[in-house]
Amino acid sequence: MSAKLDVRHLRDYDLNHGMPIWLGTMAFMIIEGMGFAMAFAAYLYLQSQNPDWPLGPKLPDPRLGGALAVFLLMTEIPNIWLKRRIRAFDLKRVRIGMLIMSMIGLATLAIRAFEFGFLNVRWDVNAFGSIIWALIFLHTTHIVVDVFETWVMTTMAFFGPVDARRFGDLVENAEYWDFVVLTWSPVYFFIYWAPRWFGI
Amino acid sequence: MSAVEHPVYDTDHTAEALPSALLRTWEPHTGLWNWLTSVDHKSIARRYIVTAFVFLILGGILALVMRFQLAQPEQQLLSPDLYNQFFTMHGTTMMFLFAVPIMEAVAVYIVPLMVGARIIAFPRLNAFSYWVYLFGGSMIWVAFFLNAGPDAGWFSYVPLAGPEYGAGKRSDMWAQLITFTEISALAVSVEIVVTVFKFRAPGMTLNRIPIFVWAMLVASFSIIFAMPSVVVGSSMLISDRLIGTHFFNPAEGGDALLWQHLFWFFGHPEVYIIFIPAVGMASTIVETAARRPIFGYSLIVLSLISTGFLSFGLWVHHMFASGLPRMGNSFFSASSMAIAIPTGAQLFCWIATWWDARVRITTPALFVIAFMIIFTLGGLSGIMIASVPFDLQATDTYFIVGHIHYVLLGGAVAPLLGAFYYWFPKFTGRILSERLGAWNFWLYLIGANLTFAPMLILGLRGMTRRIFTYPPDFGWNDLNLLSTIGAVVLSLSFLIFLINVARSLAQPATALSNPWGASSLEWATTSPPPPYNFAFTPVVESRWPLWTEAGALSHATGLRTDRKEVIVTTAVEAEAVLRDTVPSPTIWPLITAIATTAMLIGSIYTPSAVVYGAIPTGLALIAWLYPRKAETEFPPQEEKAA
Repeated sequence: MSAKLDVRHLRDYDLNHGMPIWLGTMAFMIIEGMGFAMAFAAYLYLQSQNPDWPLGPKLPDPRLGGALAVFLLMTEIPNIWLKRRIRAFDLKRVRIGMLIMSMIGLATLAIRAFEFGFLNVRWDVNAFGSIIWALIFLHTTHIVVDVFETWVMTTMAFFGPVDARRFGDLVENAEYWDFVVLTWSPVYFFIYWAPRWFGI
Repeated sequence: MSAVEHPVYDTDHTAEALPSALLRTWEPHTGLWNWLTSVDHKSIARRYIVTAFVFLILGGILALVMRFQLAQPEQQLLSPDLYNQFFTMHGTTMMFLFAVPIMEAVAVYIVPLMVGARIIAFPRLNAFSYWVYLFGGSMIWVAFFLNAGPDAGWFSYVPLAGPEYGAGKRSDMWAQLITFTEISALAVSVEIVVTVFKFRAPGMTLNRIPIFVWAMLVASFSIIFAMPSVVVGSSMLISDRLIGTHFFNPAEGGDALLWQHLFWFFGHPEVYIIFIPAVGMASTIVETAARRPIFGYSLIVLSLISTGFLSFGLWVHHMFASGLPRMGNSFFSASSMAIAIPTGAQLFCWIATWWDARVRITTPALFVIAFMIIFTLGGLSGIMIASVPFDLQATDTYFIVGHIHYVLLGGAVAPLLGAFYYWFPKFTGRILSERLGAWNFWLYLIGANLTFAPMLILGLRGMTRRIFTYPPDFGWNDLNLLSTIGAVVLSLSFLIFLINVARSLAQPATALSNPWGASSLEWATTSPPPPYNFAFTPVVESRWPLWTEAGALSHATGLRTDRKEVIVTTAVEAEAVLRDTVPSPTIWPLITAIATTAMLIGSIYTPSAVVYGAIPTGLALIAWLYPRKAETEFPPQEEKAA
């Protein structure tokens, strides 16, 4: 075997989608995205089988879910700022940003906890209740996972060990929040507006 | 905060000292602790393979007992209830615990080697996936021995598997087993995709990837896109049973056919998730046996990709008898026939490769021939039932049972056995006996046809599937007896296979690096390979590096030896762009898998287990993922300069 290539000069970190972890996170997002897609498909299928959709007299109240949608969109402001600070290796501001995003995560969970009361139908009443609870459960799981991860990452940002590679992980974490924000729009639509627009 | 002060590189060692330096870094533990904490893809893959074969034997024993029950009319060997559990466990074991995992297991071992990588991507996740698979499979078999084995068939149709008719915990066990296998299979798929796109040897551009790697890439993407459907379906099933939801309950707006759609949207691609790796194996063996490049590389790769796509347009052909709109049936009928085209194209490419070549007919090649014969019969019977009027007559008869077994034994197990003979030297350092291999092949070929051809005819004679016995005057006696004799012959074939493996393992490991004279990179390292696979990462300049660069394979230098470093390359051109450090061995994937298992089994008995069980699982995940020390310089030099 003859030496043809010396890789010693190559970097051992990357914040711009070069690391395997980025592709791995993307693959898991595709899996989860397919999970959402199949749940939407199940919703549409159940709706197509029921002429009296959404099956009950009372519709879910969209106000709090709508407020959450606006809130989530606004969280992108600190999240985008945080991503920039991470890419600049600005540890001091990254710590502040992570703390903000950790608190935002908790606030999101708190809003979600109240939101369950706005659904106006239990999961065990009829198929409509079952599918909208499935959708909100699916999305809530994503929030819980991201909040959990964000708190762990925040701890790491404050107490270390911090190195350049870990900044790649911080970028992944911030991008996962984008996924949580993005997925809420269609879920919100299916829970609150689809029964109004396409129901009886 | 700075990283290690004095990095040590591969070029700092002499050629003699380098392997031991790498070994210290790549496999720091020994004995039982090494076994429990290992993240070496080869070690994990060997366990996967052994475990999958244990499940194959268990599933095979069930099949054999069922064949004895059906050998003659009105036998009482099995009660109707036990028979239901037997066929459900047989199908579930073979599909979820053998066929998919064994293909992934071979890939976990071979794909990183084939692409010239030192390890699979996310090796701890890989270890976790194995433990989850082992615990899930053990759970369902313990449940079976405790008379809580699932009994609603391997596709667990509602309402039979729903809360109204599926009393007890049997179907819950089944639904939760699906969760275990989903986690495991999805994790491995992500690992393979990332390994192929990020860890390829420098120079291995997309059009130089070995065909088996292409096949695994397509199969992994199929899993990624198909499996969420059954995740959603099995979650709905278990929640219908445990917390009173109504997804499949027509009385409250649910729909039983929703289950069939969700299951088969996954279930049909699943057939190809098993079949595509198998054709990749066959292509690999065909090329090596012919000792010349495979004919129509691009055509084969495109066939694999198009098979992957088409496999998502077939699921409704499992539901022709459920009264769907005629237009839909026509579409799915056409696509079911269309998928024969890419498969046929590959078959012709193999024939063209062997045409006029000096083919070395060893056991792997024999099993490729078995594949061609048995699978073609299976495929042709598939084209018959792709036709709706025919399917309406044949559905739920033994014709379907015969068809699926022809497809799977021909299209998956035969090439798998061939691949096992082919890669056994790499797995173990030993070669399997060719004489026993020939016995293995002939008994397999005869046994498979003898078992399943009578089933096709029995189906045409109206014998319905899943009946535990039949009256003597239906004209089914002789064919059933013949099928049972075939099953015994087939079992003998597997027995010889096991004897062959046991005999070889008792011999010293003397296999050469490249005993078949093959072209791909897994043969560029020792048999079996060291924990770090390659002392130096190869640099590839052709599609057949060991043929075109024989004895002069180029390599890369500059990786550190004081930590587990690998080269990351670009997805298309495979240009080296980064050095990545991969995780060291740890016990935490095992502990996380134990916590996950406790959570999943607990949730069968109380929904609150999901909440309580998430706490230890989360803690174990933190211990698994939390970095122990700084590995790179911070802030990075170039950032400081900027």
